[in-house]
Amino acid sequence: MGISAPSVPRVWRERIIKYRLLGSKCADCGKISYPPRKACPRCGSTNLVEISLPKRGKVLSYTVIRTPPRGYLKYSPYIIALIELENGARILAQLTDVDPDEVKSGMVVEAVFRRYREQGEDGIIEYGIKFRPPIT
Amino acid sequence: MEKVFVLGGGVTKIGEHWSKSLRDLFVEAALKAAKNSNIELRDMEAVYVGNMSSGELQGQEHLGSLMATWLGIPGVAAVKVEAACASGGAVFHQAYLAVASGVYDCVLVGGVEKMTDAVVHDVTAALIMADDAEYTAFTGASFVGLNALVYRYYMEKYGVKQEDIALFSVHDHKYAANNPYAQYPFQVSLEKVLSSPLIADPIRLFECAPIGDGAAALILCSERFAKESGIKPEVEVAASALATDTISLVDRDDLTTLAATVKAAKKAYKKAGVEPRDIDVMEVHDAFTILGVIHLEDLGFAEKGKGWRLVKEGEIEKDSKIPTNLSGGLKARGHPVGATGVYQVYEIYQQLTGTAPNQVGKAEVGLAQSVGGVGGTVVVNILRRVR
Repeated sequence: MGISAPSVPRVWRERIIKYRLLGSKCADCGKISYPPRKACPRCGSTNLVEISLPKRGKVLSYTVIRTPPRGYLKYSPYIIALIELENGARILAQLTDVDPDEVKSGMVVEAVFRRYREQGEDGIIEYGIKFRPPIT
Repeated sequence: MEKVFVLGGGVTKIGEHWSKSLRDLFVEAALKAAKNSNIELRDMEAVYVGNMSSGELQGQEHLGSLMATWLGIPGVAAVKVEAACASGGAVFHQAYLAVASGVYDCVLVGGVEKMTDAVVHDVTAALIMADDAEYTAFTGASFVGLNALVYRYYMEKYGVKQEDIALFSVHDHKYAANNPYAQYPFQVSLEKVLSSPLIADPIRLFECAPIGDGAAALILCSERFAKESGIKPEVEVAASALATDTISLVDRDDLTTLAATVKAAKKAYKKAGVEPRDIDVMEVHDAFTILGVIHLEDLGFAEKGKGWRLVKEGEIEKDSKIPTNLSGGLKARGHPVGATGVYQVYEIYQQLTGTAPNQVGKAEVGLAQSVGGVGGTVVVNILRRVR
């Protein structure tokens, strides 16, 4: 059935927020969100400003995907982590350059630009932010 | 606001129904519901169909018209309701509102999901649509994986062992063994659960609700309809409340509570005029063992971090403090996604009318909780026996 891969325009229009770690900060309650948005998910304020997010954070929780969705089979197993950036924003991303056995909750990680998936021979290659143990 | 009664219901066995289609399952449940309610489908003023993934897994949308056609009542008001894994609870909520508002006096509400025609990776891709496609599904996270993030965080925050959380699966299977329509009617040991394959660490296969096909249906009516038809309803809908939360975990301040459960439960308890201690029996949405534990806390039966103790100390057994998931729950009764919330209400209806496979001694008030995504939608339905 039609498990559709994102189209070229869809990947194109999301490129800036997926490549650059942009977020928004609520001027009323202070919540910082990734990706940026027009209304605060915590307090409903529309008084938000777009900001650049820090590239470092820590792992809040993580898992290893062993039964992936269609489109990700050839990358399995891979690590998915919920990361809290240094300013409190949270982001879901893959961890890379690390063995699943070496991952711990609380470990420090840094953002890195990586390939996420290829949509076969006819499709587009999708890139985005992953995180790795810091080497810089 | 009109009083809303449940006249009766019907369900299919849950399983791999290779010989039955999406519509076959729905029609089977609907006809059983009508028969058990001593009513004709021709009397329905509206049909509500709960379903999550018929478009993705069956190439079929427009279920309102489809089911009305196959039930032999084209012309009736009919519509599909979708709220991911809470589609069943949400469709019941919408049908309840329709009768409570006074617009309709008698409606059919059902849920259906046909999952086993697709291979597992396509089902996994369909289920992650319950979360944010652009920022969650994009990472390759599976729905099991998102719950695994919650599971690990919960264990580390409260210092709880996996063996204590995994007990929820053993509990469910114990009761499914006696349920004729359960997908997996057999018992399992804790050792078997903990040695089953890893799906998304730390979640193991026997901690996950299975993939299955099934449909459940109920007939709801108003007091006026019951009176005019000479029917004495046995069960009333005391409350139906729906709440949402952020669709993704990244926007939540607390990963170990489903705020939508807390909100929906608060509204439902208030409307029904009850407290947690008044609930005699309940069905909770334990798509994963950790969720079962968290629900016991969020519904008000245990402090945060201590829900697992109720399971371990036998407090959710049939003849104890708060009998829970006596159907076998999502783990063992099964979880045909868009139908599950309707199965749960049917099971509470059975308990209140003394016809459940694992019947509690005396039940006046029962609760069913239906969860969509990682708690992005939660519906709490409370039924009461008519005295």
